[in-house]
Amino acid sequence: MASTSLSTILRVQNANISVPTGLFINGNFRKGRGKSITTIDPSLGTPVLPPGVTICGASKEDVDDAVKAARQAFQTTWGLNTPGTERSRLIHKLANLIERDQADLALLETVDSGKPISWSKADITDTVACLRYYAGWADKIVGQTLECNVKEKQGFTRHEPIGVVGAIIPWNYPMFAWKIAPALAVGCSLVFKPAENTPLSVLKIAELFNEAGFPAGVFNVVNGFGAETGSAIASHPGIDKVAFTGSTATGRAIAVAAAQSNLKKVTLELGGKSANIIFPSADLDQAVNWAALGVFENAGQSCSAGSRVLVHESIYEEFCKKIKIAAEKIKLGPTLDEETWQGPQVSETQFKRIMEHIRIGKEEDKGRVLTGGKQWGTKGYYIEPTIFVDISPKARISTEEIFGPVLVVLPFKTEEEALELANSTEYGLGSAVHSQDPSQIQRVAAKLNAGTVWINQYTFTGNNIPFGGYKTSGWGRELGSYGLENYLSVKAMHYYYGEPIEFPLKL
Amino acid sequence: MSVPVANLTFPEGHKLKDISFKTGLFINNQWVNGEGNKTIDTVNPTTGKTIASVAEASAKDVDIAVEAAQKAFDTVWGERVPGHERGRLLFKLADLFDQHADQLASIESLDNGKAFSFARGFDVPEAAACLRYYGGWADKDHGKVIEVNDSKLAFTRHEPIGVVGQIIPWNFPILMFAWKLGPALATGNTIVIKVAETTPLSAFYATQLIAQVLPPGVVNVVTGYGNITGAAISSHMKIEKVAFTGSTLVGRTIMKAAATSNLKTVTLELGGKSPNIIFDDADLEQAAGWATFGLFFNHGQCCCAGSRVFVQEGVYDKFLEILQAKVKAIKVGSPFTADTFQGPQTSQLQYDRIMAHVQSGKEEGAKVLMGGERHGTEGFFIQPTIFTDVKPNMRIVKEEIFGPVVVVSKFKDEDDIVAQANDTMYGLAGALFSRDISRALRVAKRIQAGTVWVNCYNQLHSQVPFGGYKQSGIGRELGEYALANYTNVKAVHVNLSSPAPL
Repeated sequence: MASTSLSTILRVQNANISVPTGLFINGNFRKGRGKSITTIDPSLGTPVLPPGVTICGASKEDVDDAVKAARQAFQTTWGLNTPGTERSRLIHKLANLIERDQADLALLETVDSGKPISWSKADITDTVACLRYYAGWADKIVGQTLECNVKEKQGFTRHEPIGVVGAIIPWNYPMFAWKIAPALAVGCSLVFKPAENTPLSVLKIAELFNEAGFPAGVFNVVNGFGAETGSAIASHPGIDKVAFTGSTATGRAIAVAAAQSNLKKVTLELGGKSANIIFPSADLDQAVNWAALGVFENAGQSCSAGSRVLVHESIYEEFCKKIKIAAEKIKLGPTLDEETWQGPQVSETQFKRIMEHIRIGKEEDKGRVLTGGKQWGTKGYYIEPTIFVDISPKARISTEEIFGPVLVVLPFKTEEEALELANSTEYGLGSAVHSQDPSQIQRVAAKLNAGTVWINQYTFTGNNIPFGGYKTSGWGRELGSYGLENYLSVKAMHYYYGEPIEFPLKL
Repeated sequence: MSVPVANLTFPEGHKLKDISFKTGLFINNQWVNGEGNKTIDTVNPTTGKTIASVAEASAKDVDIAVEAAQKAFDTVWGERVPGHERGRLLFKLADLFDQHADQLASIESLDNGKAFSFARGFDVPEAAACLRYYGGWADKDHGKVIEVNDSKLAFTRHEPIGVVGQIIPWNFPILMFAWKLGPALATGNTIVIKVAETTPLSAFYATQLIAQVLPPGVVNVVTGYGNITGAAISSHMKIEKVAFTGSTLVGRTIMKAAATSNLKTVTLELGGKSPNIIFDDADLEQAAGWATFGLFFNHGQCCCAGSRVFVQEGVYDKFLEILQAKVKAIKVGSPFTADTFQGPQTSQLQYDRIMAHVQSGKEEGAKVLMGGERHGTEGFFIQPTIFTDVKPNMRIVKEEIFGPVVVVSKFKDEDDIVAQANDTMYGLAGALFSRDISRALRVAKRIQAGTVWVNCYNQLHSQVPFGGYKQSGIGRELGEYALANYTNVKAVHVNLSSPAPL
């Protein structure tokens, strides 16, 4: 029986959470004309919502409507029509509301994405902090005053919001405000597509946009599938800029569509096969902890996961012993359980891909499984934390992004070899150096071809520190003041007040 | 002996009836008596009567406050607290200012004499906005990584200075309070701030709000006489930076004391005699409105007041006619009357100084076009006053009056007006009115002032820097620029591979 209203009630633990199911366009929820979504709880393999209740998907026409609403808002009630201090106030208000509703949002996130509840809560805390960080920037967007020939002209630059932004985000951190926050801060309006695997939490946030008092049309949510909704966004002539986070394969398609349509600006945060390098002087126990966190966090579903650990041969055996112990300490379990550390993979498709990589690792790459290598439990899409050793750096599982809880450990002899191994990848997103030798740290960090180098750490980003990829890991940077540039257009003004000229001009 | 308490009663019909709060020195989030339990009385300038007393800080009290601030810096503030957390607390404080806006504004009007409509509609909300603006900076003042060569890593850190001393004036008490707290706290400093002894009350009320938000010792509020409390701050050996807003005369004293003691860094926001230039192609009606606002706002008690109005010859008579009409329409009265624009001057001393200037104008041969006398018989009210037929060497043209007294002169052309406008030891602000944007930009470049307003006056925003050329001051407040006042830049050179030279 199809649902006729545009919301449903989800009962999770003891909470009754009302969940909008429509598209959110121009401040209202409405039906979609695209393929609708049945979202699955990956810890169980069953639908999240009551039987017959689906999430509306957006057709090309729906995306059109969203773009129209976003453009209208940008030209009238948003953009530079709203001063920075007011944009700041609204973003702060949104952050406060998300903080207020943290408990419900976390529950929603957990059942939809499979993230254990403690991690969902942490994601929301990060999201709130990111919104607050960018709210502080909203009234601090400054251009330059440029002295030219003083008898002739004065130069100014205006840093203007680019306009309507299409944002396509993945399912691994659906809550993240990395696109919403800077885009809103500088005055852009958004057509926002969550991943089809995790459509729910952003719909709930859309309600908060209304409550916070944002003008209608500033933030629009168009759930849907990549082929239909995502491509409509990437090729829409009325979208000035597309920001995409997801796989490298899809990123390429987005860039091609952008180029072929209106040459819209593109930023991409794509895949990685990041190397965690452990030198002999490292505090080994700490390095083990960071390496384990780096690859197993979020069940390995992180673009910057440290999925290859490169260990100096002198500490290799000891490292393998310790990382095996660490991996085996990881607690998998029901996602609503506060004690659960690792949840399921987000979907059956992802589960199958990762299991296939594990099979390839065993049978084709002939690697040895140090621990794990199997499904965990009988329900849902859980995979044991898995470590491969005795494997070639050129093996498929050593080079292809797996996006699951699968680590490859490779030994090295010299610093040069470590760098060679670390950099022999098409990717360049994250990396790490574990060492107590400051010169080595600096030398290696300078030579790593990656957008982030963690030193004696892994995983944790900061709202004020930029993040993004070298090579096929992406275009552009998010976070920090750098994140603002993605959503700004620089206009140079030449203010001429000099002498009249003759024509033809005598040079 | 118990700590002094202010018990204020507001005029009949005002939205607040009365209010009580402690007026002890605020140190370590506690209210304490000053040494010897000395107090200073504060007067309501509308009536001339004492309304409260506040604790007076001796040099020893300043010592205690500095110690509290240093301890807080070393343990619960400074680099112990990340920028985003400092920002969050500034936002919280701003929220409290908003929630207590009626109280703060009422106290401000009673103590300073400014109209409640302005205190409530401008001073208090702008103070909150300033705290918010700087709250947003708290986690964004980053250093730089600088390429030199392969053998080293060079970077800068932007560190807080430590305990900073701040001394603020009586003309915008709560707003000046926020202008100082915002950037200093955002960058991680702790504060000993001396508020003006003639208008201490709104800041003392605000200490209750501070106590709800900031750890003890981060902000310490004292008051006292300049030559005792102010001097103790400017010459303190453990304060590494002093920020002063006030007269140029006192600014000199502060700077000398800073240099003589420990060479603490100094920023100064001082006086002005700002030119307001009306070109013949100006919209005269608009220009006259802005010019009236430009001088008479806050009863002329603005460092950046447009106190010298220059009108291009061809439109002089017409402009003066419009100006007179607008000045005549100024409503002088009690701060708590709804349509009051101009309340009393803030103190007997100020009243006397302004009237002395008015007298000198008369004696030196200027023409009193309007005003020139006391207004009413009670309180420190002065009639809005216009002098014409002035000469550049008259006291009323050269000296800052800081009251509702404007001098109006003529000029010929651009070169003439630039010379006249810049013929002052000051350089705080200036304005010009013209519909020719090229002329406006040309002249704006030539005026030696830290702020130039084009077709407006007295426009201040937290995001835009403000400060003086020449003897109007050193350094800039507001905008990103203010952060530099409270930052120590440390360059770190990490040697990676250079062998020792010997």
